Amino acid sequence: MSPSLHHLLRILWLTLCCAFGSAHAAPSAETLARLAADDSDTRIAAIAELGAEGSAQSVALLDALADEALALTGDGRLVILTDTGALDAASGSAIAPYPDDAEPLMVNNRVRNALQSAKAATNIRATDRATRLAAAQLLRDSAGEALMPILEPALDAEPDKEIRAILALAVARVNLASAEPAKRIRAAELLGDSSDASVKAMLAALLDKDGNGQFAEPDAEVRAAAKASILAIERRLAIADLASTAFTGLSLGSILLLAALGLAITYGVMGVINMAHGELLMVGAYATYVVQGLFRTHLPGYIDSYVLAAVPVAFLTAAAVGMLMERTVIRWLYGRPLETLLATWGLSLVLIQTARVIFGPQNVEVANPSWMSGGVSSFADIVLPWNRLVIIGFAIFVLLLVWLMMQKTRLGMFVRAVTQNRAMAGCVGVPTARIDTLAFGIGAGIAGLGGCALSQVANVGPAMGQGYIVDSFMVVVLGGVGQLAGAVTAAMGLGLMTKILEGWAGAVVAKILVLVFIIIFIQKRPQGLFALKGRFVED
Amino acid sequence: MNTRRSFIKALTLSASLAAMGSVSTLAHAADTIKVGVLHSLSGTMAISETALKNVALMAIDEINAAGGVMGKQLEPVVVDPASNWPLFAEKARQLLSQDKVAVTFGCWTSVSRKSVNPVFKELNGLLFYPVQYEGEELEKNVFYTGAAPNQQAIPAVEYLMSKDGGEAKRFVLLGTDYVYPRTTNKILRAFLHSKGVKDEDIMEEYTPFGHSDYQTIIANIKKFAAAGKKTAVVSTINGDSNVPFYKELGNAGLKATDVPVVAFSVGEEELRGVDAKPLVGHLAAWNYFMSVKNPTNAAFIKKYQDWAKKNGVPNADTVVTNDPMEATYVGIYMWKQAVEQAKTTDVDAVIKALGGQTFKAPSGFTLTMDKTNHHLHKPVLIGEVRADGQFSTVWKTKEPIRAQPWSPYIAGNEGKQKL
Repeated sequence: MSPSLHHLLRILWLTLCCAFGSAHAAPSAETLARLAADDSDTRIAAIAELGAEGSAQSVALLDALADEALALTGDGRLVILTDTGALDAASGSAIAPYPDDAEPLMVNNRVRNALQSAKAATNIRATDRATRLAAAQLLRDSAGEALMPILEPALDAEPDKEIRAILALAVARVNLASAEPAKRIRAAELLGDSSDASVKAMLAALLDKDGNGQFAEPDAEVRAAAKASILAIERRLAIADLASTAFTGLSLGSILLLAALGLAITYGVMGVINMAHGELLMVGAYATYVVQGLFRTHLPGYIDSYVLAAVPVAFLTAAAVGMLMERTVIRWLYGRPLETLLATWGLSLVLIQTARVIFGPQNVEVANPSWMSGGVSSFADIVLPWNRLVIIGFAIFVLLLVWLMMQKTRLGMFVRAVTQNRAMAGCVGVPTARIDTLAFGIGAGIAGLGGCALSQVANVGPAMGQGYIVDSFMVVVLGGVGQLAGAVTAAMGLGLMTKILEGWAGAVVAKILVLVFIIIFIQKRPQGLFALKGRFVED
Repeated sequence: MNTRRSFIKALTLSASLAAMGSVSTLAHAADTIKVGVLHSLSGTMAISETALKNVALMAIDEINAAGGVMGKQLEPVVVDPASNWPLFAEKARQLLSQDKVAVTFGCWTSVSRKSVNPVFKELNGLLFYPVQYEGEELEKNVFYTGAAPNQQAIPAVEYLMSKDGGEAKRFVLLGTDYVYPRTTNKILRAFLHSKGVKDEDIMEEYTPFGHSDYQTIIANIKKFAAAGKKTAVVSTINGDSNVPFYKELGNAGLKATDVPVVAFSVGEEELRGVDAKPLVGHLAAWNYFMSVKNPTNAAFIKKYQDWAKKNGVPNADTVVTNDPMEATYVGIYMWKQAVEQAKTTDVDAVIKALGGQTFKAPSGFTLTMDKTNHHLHKPVLIGEVRADGQFSTVWKTKEPIRAQPWSPYIAGNEGKQKL
């Protein structure tokens, strides 16, 4: 915790004592004037007074200040600006006419911090559980001795087990500096339940020696307890670290998989080296952008569900573009990989320029719907962002879809038959040309789904596909051409590997190392992780 | 043959102008002065540079409407170097030797400036560079209307170390991997050392251009910040990587009250693509904010919004102004004043006339072009992100301060402050 916050909480406590017994109905004019002062120290003291006083009008004032709705008029009056009008800051009564010259009071991070602490100190006595939980979490990270008169009664009165545990940690943090060794031992033991790295730093400070070889903590028993607690925290942090690397790796892997799954069909199964694959991702992402725009103008009430509508649209648009590509260009070039490569590369340039002409060269904004913003905090302060969780789920869904289609449908059976032996499949009546078009369309559609997912985490622009084409080929080639299981293993493996290397050597070096690894791997095992039987084997 | 070629040239030029959504008319070739605009309109830097092209065209339209320069109309020549650094040099050469422009306004990244510098030197051109940068450079043919490190980076870090800035003791220096972040961080590291910050309290991280996965870096920042001392992040991430970076920052719940991020290349324009609500309180250091209140700025914003609407800029109803746009605008007018003073567009004469020019800028200050070092005297403003993607100024200098392109924190720079 910063020293300024200590200072603030001391003031908070002092004013709490002063205010005790004399309940103000409304904040004094003098406090209000200090709230608008130039100097942050004066303002923070005033905020602390209002927080300690805790009357409804004071809380409203603090909320208004936090929302930057508290304003100073030209003639020096404080007003609260609302959507409908303006209220007098001292009394809360409406004022007319609306003060046009009112300037919102500036809030910097220091003042915002003070506001949060003042709010938390009032909120810890709230009846609503969620409010108390949020307040307790804030106090856990920022509690100081000054707050003990609030914390201890709150801990005693708290019915909820989870909040009690948090408050107990907050009290323990303060007690670690207590004068009584017994309290310090108890606190050091209790802090072993924490999974916060800053608590570990606090405990470790006790074991430091000063210049004369004296421990910062004189009592050996406290030191032993601290040592045990540090070990416990370290163990938990190590697990958290592993878990978070695994999650980020999984998340990157799922993105790679979504980018590469379409290619696993077009290249892996059909053997078409499609350099325009990245642009099919781009088509899917722009389809998502267009759907978002349509929802904004026509269905603003349902804007949060635009992503759900964008999924089929992205699939169909990309599939249509893919089928058109197949019918017009690629079908004439089957069995001529070099020409296919050149032709599809040309197609990719055509698609990029088309997107530039239609949507402009700049990136477009695709916003996360509100249910995909923010994150869920889990074990040991790891926050799992919703958009990444949803994308992992979506990757599993798409994978399942592809697997079902390839294994359980008649179309999938035809595709596999054509892949394994085109001539024989044709002899028994499979319309091979139509199957090629459909299979290519499905591969393209799945790329569109990938683009829809990418639009939620990455930038959407005409050239966005270029950044994924290398990664996609990497996944498909590494996994073994033609194998879904290979693509999954390769995507997850590359995701984890990138994230482990990134944590260790930084993003730039990690990228180099991954590419070097792939070059060596392909040299040693050109058929990829999983070898296949099919068209390529015959070649 | 000759007419055919010039016809084709005019055709491509008008096509490119039409594609940019500009309606700047092509005046008759003889009585116009050609002005080059060299900004990436595609690729990773388009997010930042497109607006600079727009504001340059706006200023040119405005000057033309007021009678031009020395009675001649300005004719913009817009080229797109597509965030491709070698292409910047090619396009600069084309502007100077083929189009014969009198002056060029352009570049954002330092790597693009470094790539065009030799061209302007060789062909004795004139470049106005409108973006804050790392210093350690002084070219006769370049005027720098953005901030030098002592007009942005150093004051920003001083603010973070001050009481109101949160008294940060540990610093994460995070940037895109190229010359500007590397050099700025070298200066900042030397500056932090001079303030008693040790190497173990500084973490330096770089990502490639266009990087979009910031999970690991944000997890590392969290870990680094948990060591018990107040930590702040200094971000020199450039281009569209900022969108995924700030998205991840918001989603990971890293709040400005815990770990403030001060950015040197993020302004109103970059925040347009991001939900700013989780980012409230993060900082940016510039020499101008759109939220600055004064009549010059109000007129500037109005002019730009009207121009954007008239010229069909995409999302014209939400266009914003930012610091490099202000610097571009100031640069064009200072060049105009210098040309009128020198009574010629001859590069050497204009360079001589530019020193000492003053202009009342939208930031509310009257800026002066330094007589010797080709940099503007600029005020420093530090702002915190508001929920609407604008900045509220939390600290500013009282006066414009003189640039020190050669940082005194790097050994061997003493006495290099002049051309």
